[in-house]
Amino acid sequence: MDNLLSIVTFLPALAALILGLFLRGGTEAADKNAKWLALFATGATFVISLFILFQFDPANTGMQMVEQGDWLLGLQYKLGVDGISVLFVMLTTFMMPLVIAASWDVKVRVKEYMIAFLLLETLMLGVFMALDLVLFYLFFEAGLIPMFLIIGIWGGKNRIYASFKFFLYTFLGSVLMLVAMVGMFADAGTTDIPTLMKHEFASETFSILGVQVIGGLQTMLFLAFFASFAVKMPMWPVHTWLPDAHVQAPTAGSVVLAAILLKMGGYGFLRFSLPMFPVGSDVMTDLVLWMSAIAIVYTSLVALVQEDMKKLIAYSSVAHMGYVTMGIFAGNQQGIDGAIFQMLSHGFISGALFLCVGVIYDRMHTREIDAYGGLVNRMPAYAVIFMLFTMANVGLPGTSGFIGEFLTLMGIFQVNTWVAMIATTGVILSAAYALWLYRRVVMGDLIKESLKAITDMTAREKWIFAPLVVMTIWLGVYPAPVLDRIGPSVEALVADYQLAIADGDSATQHAQASH
Amino acid sequence: MISADLNIILPEILLSVFAMVALLGAVYTEKDKLAPTLVWITAAVMAAMALWIGTSGSGTNEAFGGMFIDDGFARFAKVTILISAAAVLVMSQEYMQRRGILRFEYPMLIALAAVGMMMMVSAGDLMALYMGLELQSLSLYVVASLRRDSVKSTEAGLKYFVLGALSSGLLLYGASLTYGYAGTTLFSGIVQTATEGHLSLGMLFGLVFLASGLAFKVSAVPFHMWTPDVYEGAPTPITAFFATAPKMAAMALFARLMHDAFGQAVGDWSQVIALLSLLSMFLGAVAAIGQTNIKRLMAYSSIAHMGYALMGLAAGSALGVQALLIYMAIYVTMNVGTFAFILSMERDGAPVTDISGLHMLSKREPAKALAMLVLLFSLAGVPPLVGFFGKLYVLRAAYEAGLAWLAVAGVVASVIGAFYYLRIVFYMYFGEERDDAVEMRSSPVLYGLLMASAIIMVAGVVNLFGIEGAAAAAAATLVN
Repeated sequence: MDNLLSIVTFLPALAALILGLFLRGGTEAADKNAKWLALFATGATFVISLFILFQFDPANTGMQMVEQGDWLLGLQYKLGVDGISVLFVMLTTFMMPLVIAASWDVKVRVKEYMIAFLLLETLMLGVFMALDLVLFYLFFEAGLIPMFLIIGIWGGKNRIYASFKFFLYTFLGSVLMLVAMVGMFADAGTTDIPTLMKHEFASETFSILGVQVIGGLQTMLFLAFFASFAVKMPMWPVHTWLPDAHVQAPTAGSVVLAAILLKMGGYGFLRFSLPMFPVGSDVMTDLVLWMSAIAIVYTSLVALVQEDMKKLIAYSSVAHMGYVTMGIFAGNQQGIDGAIFQMLSHGFISGALFLCVGVIYDRMHTREIDAYGGLVNRMPAYAVIFMLFTMANVGLPGTSGFIGEFLTLMGIFQVNTWVAMIATTGVILSAAYALWLYRRVVMGDLIKESLKAITDMTAREKWIFAPLVVMTIWLGVYPAPVLDRIGPSVEALVADYQLAIADGDSATQHAQASH
Repeated sequence: MISADLNIILPEILLSVFAMVALLGAVYTEKDKLAPTLVWITAAVMAAMALWIGTSGSGTNEAFGGMFIDDGFARFAKVTILISAAAVLVMSQEYMQRRGILRFEYPMLIALAAVGMMMMVSAGDLMALYMGLELQSLSLYVVASLRRDSVKSTEAGLKYFVLGALSSGLLLYGASLTYGYAGTTLFSGIVQTATEGHLSLGMLFGLVFLASGLAFKVSAVPFHMWTPDVYEGAPTPITAFFATAPKMAAMALFARLMHDAFGQAVGDWSQVIALLSLLSMFLGAVAAIGQTNIKRLMAYSSIAHMGYALMGLAAGSALGVQALLIYMAIYVTMNVGTFAFILSMERDGAPVTDISGLHMLSKREPAKALAMLVLLFSLAGVPPLVGFFGKLYVLRAAYEAGLAWLAVAGVVASVIGAFYYLRIVFYMYFGEERDDAVEMRSSPVLYGLLMASAIIMVAGVVNLFGIEGAAAAAAATLVN
C-alpha cells in the first residue's frame, strides 16, 4: 500500500463525513448508530495503523512511507513518518477508540459529538505525519476548531470562558509561528521539512532596534516557534489555559487533550526547533531548562492545594511536561529518548487518570475532592485501577512513568546539575499530591451519605482501562520496544544537533578572533 | 481605428445599452411588476458577460490612446465583480419583493454600477478613473437610500453621498496636482516622471490625495467612518452589494493606479499603504468586539479585511498584487455566503440583525448554522478553510517585501479579530434557549448560495479552484 499514511489519516474524517451526511441525529437509535460507527472507524484506523508499525524500519533514520503531491503556492502535500513521529501516530490511533468508548453515555447531540472527535483524530494524525511546513500548520491549527466546539458545547458550567481562553491563547501562539514559517519559506525557498532540516538558517548576530540578538535569524525563528509550542505544551508561565480547559471539557475531551494534544508541543520542538534552529536552540537552552525546572516545582505545589480533581491532574500534567521540555533541551540521547518516552507514557497515564475522574463524575456529578472518601469500600476494582495509575503518575519503578522521568533526569544531569537537582524534588512533590489525592478520595471510611449507593465499575469501563493498564506496566517493565524504535532517529538528531552547535560556536569564536 | 477601440470596450457598451433599454422598456410597460424578471435577466446577463470576459480575452489591449486598458488584471477583477454582483442580485430578489422595496430601477442601477466598476479596473487615465468611480458611486448613493420611507436608509444614503463627495473632492484635487506636475493624465505618462525611483514633492502630494480618495472607497482607516452607518442603514441586500463588488473594484483600481501610474516609485507609497493597512486591521478587529448588530459587525470585519488586502498592495510586488487578487476573490466569496445567511434572519416577517437572536441556532437549523460556522472560521482565517490561504498569501508577499513587522502586526490583529467571529459561533452553538430566537427563512437561492459558499471554503483547500494561477497571470500583466 503506497498511501497507507493517507488512508490512516483520512479514514476518521471519511467516517465523520458519512455520519454527517447520511445519519439523522436526535433519535435514540440514530445516536446508537453514530456511536458504533465512530467506534468502528477509530478501531479500524488503529488496526490499519498497525501496518505502519510493522512496515516501519527503526534502523532507517530518514522519513519512511513518504507520500508526495503538488499543492498550491509551491507547497506540497507530503506525509511521512520517522522514529520520532511513528509512535505518536500509534499513540493517537490507540487512544481514540478508548476515547469513543468512554463517551458512550453522552446524551446531548451525540452525532455532532462523534463527528467532532473523528475530525479531531484526522487532524491530530496529520500533525504527526505532515512533512510540509504549511501542511503541518494547517493540521496543527485546524485542531482548534473541533476542540473549541467540544469544550464549548459539551463542557461544564464555565465552559464558555474556558473554550474562548483555549482558542485565543493557542491561536495567538500559533500565528507567530505562521509568520516564522513564511520567513523560512522566503529564506530557504521551500517548505519541505526534511530539506529544511538540512538547511542552515543564518545565525550571525544582528541587532533589532538596538538590541543585539545572539544567534540572529535562528533565534528569532526559534522564539516564534517557541511561542506556539510553549503554549501548546504547555510550559510555565503560559500554562494557565490548560487547567481551565481540562476542568470544563467533557471527560473524553480531557483525555484527548492530555494524552495527544499536549504532545504536539513536544513533537514540534523535536521536529522543528532542534534540527532547524540548532544555534537558536542552544542560545535559549538555559532559559528553557530553568523554565522547565520552575514549572515542575511550581505546578506541583499548585497541584497540592487543588480542590478539584481534574484541576489537580491538569497541574500534574504541566509538571510532567516540564520533564519533557527538560529532556528535549538536554540535547543528548538519554534526555530526548526520555522525553519521547515520557510523552508516550504520560499519554497513557494522564488519559487513564482523567478517565478515573470520569468514572466517579458520571456517578456523582461532582469533581470536588471533598465530596468523596472511602470509595474503596464500595468500589474495590476502581480502587485498584486508580491506585495503579496514581503510582504510575508518581513514577514508581515498574510503571512506564518511571522510565521517562529517570531518563530525562539522567540526560539533564550531564548538562546542568542544578536544574537536575531542582527537577528531582518534583518527583517527591508528585508523590505528595498524587498519594494525598488518592487517600482523600479512595481511603478511609465511607461516611458520606451520598456515596452509600455508588456502584463499582461496569464491564465497559473495565475494558476501557484494560489496554491502558497493559501498556503502562508493559512499558514500565520492558521499555525496549519503544526505545529501540526511537533510538536510531534520536541518535541521528542528536548527532546533527551537536555538530551544528559546534560549527556555530567555532564560527562565533572565529568571528570574534578576527575582530 | 475607432472600431478596434469600440471592440475592446464592447462588454461595457453592451451592459450599458442593456441597462438603458431595460430601463426604458420597464418605464413604458409594467414598471415594478417587471422588477423580479429584470433582476434575473440582469443577473443572467452579468453572469454571461463574466463567462465571456473570462474565456475570450487575451493579451493586453489599449483603447482610446491608452485611456482604457483591457489586460489580464482587469479581466480577473471584472469576472469577480460581475459574478458577485449577479449573486447579490439574485439573493436580494425574494427578500426585497416580500418587503415591497423591489423597484425596477434597482437591477438597472446595479448594472450601471457594474459598468462603472468595470471602467474603474480598466482605467488607464485619471479621467477614465474618475468617470468610472463616479458612475459607480452615483448608482450606489441611490441604492443606499432605496428605502425612501425609512429614516435610517435615507440617512445612510445621505451620509454616503456627503462623505463620498468629499472623498471625490480629495481625489480630484490629487488628480489635478498630478496632472499639473506630470503634464499628462495618462498613467503611462505619469509613470515616467519618477526619477531614480522617487517622485517630486508636488507629485507626492498628488499621490497622497489620490490615495486618500481611494482609501475612502475601500473603507480603509482613517477614511472608514461611513462604513458602519451605511452598512447598518441600507437595506440588507444593498449592504451585501456594498461589501462585495465595489470593494473588489476599488481595491483593483487602487492597485492599478499605484502600479501603472506610480510603479517606478514603490518606496514612496508602500509605507503609506502599509500604515493604512496596519490601522485598518487593528481598528477593524478591535471595534467589532462591542458590536451587537451583525451588519455593523460585518462592516468592521470588512474594514479589517481591507487592511489585509492592502498589506498585499503595500508589498509593491507582483506577488503582492497576486496576493491581493486572491484575497479579494476569497473575501467576496465569503461575504456572499455570510450575507445570504444574514438575509435569512428574521422574526415575524421582519428582518433581524441582532446577534443575540442567534441563540442556539444549531439546534433548530443545524445545516445553516454549520455553514455559517465554516464561514466564520474562514473569515477569522483559521486553517484549513480558504480564508486562511488568503492570509497566507498576503503574509508571504509582505514578508518578502521586507515588511515583516506588518506581517506580525497582521497576525496579532487576526487573533483579536477571531474573538468576535467566535462570539457568533458562541451564540449559535453554546448559547441557551430563548424566546426571542430568530427564524431562518431562506429562499432556495439564499440557501444554495450559503451552502455553496461554505462548501467552497472547505473544498478550496485542495487547489483553490485554480484561481492561484489566474491571479498570478493577472498580477504579471500589471507589475513588470
